[in-house]
Amino acid sequence: MANRAELTLDPLRLVARSSLRSLDHVGRFSFLVVDLLRGLAEWRIWVSRTLEQAVAVGYGSLFIVLLVAGFAGAVTSLQTGYQFTGTLPLYYAGAVISESMILELGPVLTALILAGRIGARYAAELGTMRVTEQIDALESLGRSPVSHLLLPRVLAGLLVVPALTMFANATGIVVGYMVAKGSLGLTYGDFEYGARYFFRPLDLWYSLVKSYCFAAAVTLIPCYIGFNTQQGAEGVGRATTTAVVSASVAILLLDALTTRLLLVAK
Amino acid sequence: MIELINVSKRFVDNVVLDGVSLQVQEGETVALLGPSGVGKSVTLKTINGLLRPDTGDVIVDGLHVQRLKRKELAELRSKIGYVFQYGALFDSMTVAENIRLGITDETCYDDAQYCVNRVQECLRLVNLALDVTDKYPAELSGGMKKRVGIARAIAGKPKYLLYDEPTSGLDPVNADVIDGLIERLRDELGVTSVVVSHDVRGSFRVADRVALLWQAKIRAVGPPDQILASKDPAVQQFLERDLEMTLIQAESQEGREARGRNV
Repeated sequence: MANRAELTLDPLRLVARSSLRSLDHVGRFSFLVVDLLRGLAEWRIWVSRTLEQAVAVGYGSLFIVLLVAGFAGAVTSLQTGYQFTGTLPLYYAGAVISESMILELGPVLTALILAGRIGARYAAELGTMRVTEQIDALESLGRSPVSHLLLPRVLAGLLVVPALTMFANATGIVVGYMVAKGSLGLTYGDFEYGARYFFRPLDLWYSLVKSYCFAAAVTLIPCYIGFNTQQGAEGVGRATTTAVVSASVAILLLDALTTRLLLVAK
Repeated sequence: MIELINVSKRFVDNVVLDGVSLQVQEGETVALLGPSGVGKSVTLKTINGLLRPDTGDVIVDGLHVQRLKRKELAELRSKIGYVFQYGALFDSMTVAENIRLGITDETCYDDAQYCVNRVQECLRLVNLALDVTDKYPAELSGGMKKRVGIARAIAGKPKYLLYDEPTSGLDPVNADVIDGLIERLRDELGVTSVVVSHDVRGSFRVADRVALLWQAKIRAVGPPDQILASKDPAVQQFLERDLEMTLIQAESQEGREARGRNV
């Protein structure tokens, strides 16, 4: 007992232990990614499962994504009106609403919602399968859990997240315009002029590239955490929480990184 | 043949297996007995490569399990049926889909008619009615889940069968049914089996030989009669404790039946 207390109080050991644990995670995560790439060859296994997953997570997430995007568009519109009225031409509101949605709010809010919805779902499903030995059962049948369970989930996320992001962008812009029309008296002509005046095709590409990066975070991290769950129901709960928090933090980091690399570098 | 040579395994500070050696001959059924948490399931998982031993060697069908590449290991596993302690059925799949997944030959797996026939054949082998095929695991009783688990394990016509606590959590009547099933599968399919259990009575019924795992080591191996006659205090202690449990279970079962009659 005394030895254990000494062990946990020794800062050097603590640092060494947490560093080793981090390295262990990095190594295992890298192996998982390699396994996923290898699993692509087994297309007969993952194609139908990917479509099933895509329908399940995409259709199920559509309402909440559009709802949040609509509110984001409306609030952006109201705040733009509050700040710009009397100081800038009204058509600027069109630019602010559309650019805010495409460049930041659409991709980030969609990804954060999906980190909760898809991330929690994946981590809980895989975690439960791990602790109830269903993953071991699959392996014991000579079948690859990566091709059967992980790859369809990751690919479904890569299909669904960018598509939902584009829907969110469109919904946010449309709702933003409607609110601006109602509260500021902005005409469609002014809104379109402002939106077109500042729009560059790169913006849409940027939004799409960002959403793919976020899709990777939303799927890979929860799949990794769920797949390595331990210790029963408590472990599944912990894995689910960790997956959502980690995916959300990763989204924010990737947001900063992609902005720095794709926009600021220009 | 299954062969474990000086196998050791530890989890952090906990030594689970310490130099375990065991041989299971072709067509033989060996029961691996021992108290809970002694490493019986770990032993079973090292046999089909779900766990890697820290030291020692595991040889199955002439192949060194730890040295196999991913594809070779998958091929070997397709020859080994594994019955999990809690069934480990895929809860999002029906009984038929669960059993079908046990068909490890890809050509057969893609043949829908073969799969339907094989699923029905396996259900008959484990004494389950065909109307369970469309049910989900959550709709089955504990005993039925175990039987579906066995049906899935035999669907690929394996050469080896590994049973992890096949009767744990079952009442004595259902435990007897499962033991009878293991016996019948041994006789009808002629598979080589390892049955991990802490149920002495059931194990002695199904096994050609019994091995007692005690404090991370194999303490005794031999035919059931020889184990029963053993003078080893550890063996005696384990057998007596299990006998007491069997008596308590039998008394409690009789009590339930008597109460049922009175009601």
